[in-house]
This record gives sequence, C-alpha cells and structure tokens, in this order.
Amino acid sequence: MSGFFSAPWPWYVAGPVIGLFVPALLLVGNRTFGVSSNLRHMCAALAPRRIEHFRYDWKGVGLWNLLFVLGIGLGGFLAAEWGGTHSIAISEQTRIALQRLGIHDFSGLAPMEVFSWSALLTIRGFVCVVGGGFLVGFGTSYAGGCTSGHAISGLADLQVPSLVAVCGFFAGGLIGTFVVLPLIF
Amino acid sequence: MAYLLLGVCFGFVLTQTEVLSWFRIQEMFRFQSFRMYLIIASAIFVAAVSLALIRRLGMRTLGGESIVVPPKALGSGVRYVVGGTLFGLGWALAGACPGPLFALVGNGVSVMVVAILSAMAGTWVYGFLEPRLPH
Repeated sequence: MSGFFSAPWPWYVAGPVIGLFVPALLLVGNRTFGVSSNLRHMCAALAPRRIEHFRYDWKGVGLWNLLFVLGIGLGGFLAAEWGGTHSIAISEQTRIALQRLGIHDFSGLAPMEVFSWSALLTIRGFVCVVGGGFLVGFGTSYAGGCTSGHAISGLADLQVPSLVAVCGFFAGGLIGTFVVLPLIF
Repeated sequence: MAYLLLGVCFGFVLTQTEVLSWFRIQEMFRFQSFRMYLIIASAIFVAAVSLALIRRLGMRTLGGESIVVPPKALGSGVRYVVGGTLFGLGWALAGACPGPLFALVGNGVSVMVVAILSAMAGTWVYGFLEPRLPH
C-alpha cells in the first residue's frame, strides 16, 4: 500500500483515475462532473437576495455536489494524514524561474511566502489569494464551468463551448503567469 | 452518501496527483513540464471513451434512469471567451481551480478558506451583474 499512498502518481495513473469520475458520477445518479457549480449553490443557500441567478432549488439541484465538495476537503485531509507532507519535485527550470520572482520556500503544496495567513496582507498574498479567488469565482460563473466541468466533462463530450472556454483558461493563465505575477512579486 | 464518498476519493486523488499544487500549475503555464498536460489529456481521453461506451451500450444509472449529458449552448461565445480568460487568470494566481481549493483546505493550507470566500464573492458579483453582461 505504501506505493499507492506515495505521491506523486505517474501521469498515466493520475489522468485516467481523474477521468473516471465522469462515468462514476453519471452511473451513480446522472450527475455531470463539475465542481464550480458549488460556488453558485453556496451563494444560493446563503445570500440569494433577489438575484435571479441564485433563485432556484439549490438543495434539489446541488445537494449532491455540495456533499461531493465536502468530500474533496475530507479527502485532502486524509491524504495529508496518511501520506504526510511532501515537497513538490518541480522541474529545475520552474524552480529557477520562481526563485527569480523571489520564491525560496519550496517545501509545501504552495509557497508559504504567498499562501499563508501572515502573507495574506502582503501585495502578492492578497492578489493571489483574494484576487485569484475572486476571479476563479467570477470567471467560472461567467464561463459556466471550470477545469472539471469544461476541460474534462465538456471536452470529453466534444462540446464546442467547452473548447472555447478552455482556450480562454490558457489565455488567462499565461497572462497571469507572465504579466501579473512579475508585477506583484 | 455515495457522493460524499466519491468526493473523498477525488480529494485524495487531487492530492496524490499533485494537481492541486501552485507549483505544478506554474510548471504547466510555463511549459516546463508535460506532466499536467498529459494528466489532463489522459483524463479527457478516459472520460470520452467512458461516455462513448455508456452511449453505445445504452447503460443506465444505478437507479435505472437513462443517462443524459446536458449540452452547453454556445450563444455568442462571449461568456466562454471572457469568463474563461478571467478564470484562467485566477487559476494562475491562486494556483488552484475550484476542486483543489477545497482539497487544499483539507491539506492544511487553511488560508485557502479566504480564497473560497473570495470565489463565492466573485460568483455573487457575477450573479448580480448577469442581466447586464453579454452572453
């Protein structure tokens, strides 16, 4: 079992296992794999106000997905408990590029110099956590899906809108990586 | 309950495959490793083959319903281009898409609670502006 728990899984195990969540959710209950809808369900549950976008039966439509996302948190917790913490063995080029940006702590899943409570009120911490989070929420709602809903479920179903969205994901990602990050670091 | 269990599996997988790591996302957007591309491509391939099989064999859900994948409407496409680009920007900055945000909190990167709250704020603002945005 130690092999199973030791990260990272090679890509040819990782990708197919992730892909299997699409048929698994369909076979269990006709659910389309997609995580970002949960942000909408949470808004609909907590602060729908009079906004049309949030006025629907969130329990009927989204309770299964909210349970799924609760599970994601628990799964991350269990993985950390069983597998322990480890550093990510990124490529040497990436390490050098990030060091040039001023990142020196490569010990966790994300650099503590940016993603920690003490860094939250620095410019880079605020932009990455608060700004990045906001854009993830706004962008996925506008685009109607995220990596799971568009890139995986949508492309697997050969849906053109998903292909357009995924091109957008990469355009935005490149702008973020090569324009915004150098500005805030 | 089945969904909770599947979610636990997914959170576990997101961690063990390291796709929830900001470092891996940086490696991907800098084109310095094929790992993320191979993972995403093989995930799409397996999901596509599974969908084809489900349709070919006329498989049903455990409850006996016929399986339907709702199609997405293209419309003018603006929402996919603009929304997609804004999400991609957030993905590069936060280093995580929605699933990984929750998995990171489970992994003890507790500051990501703030990113989730901020993502909810972003979603709420979209809902508020929806009638005025081009789709």
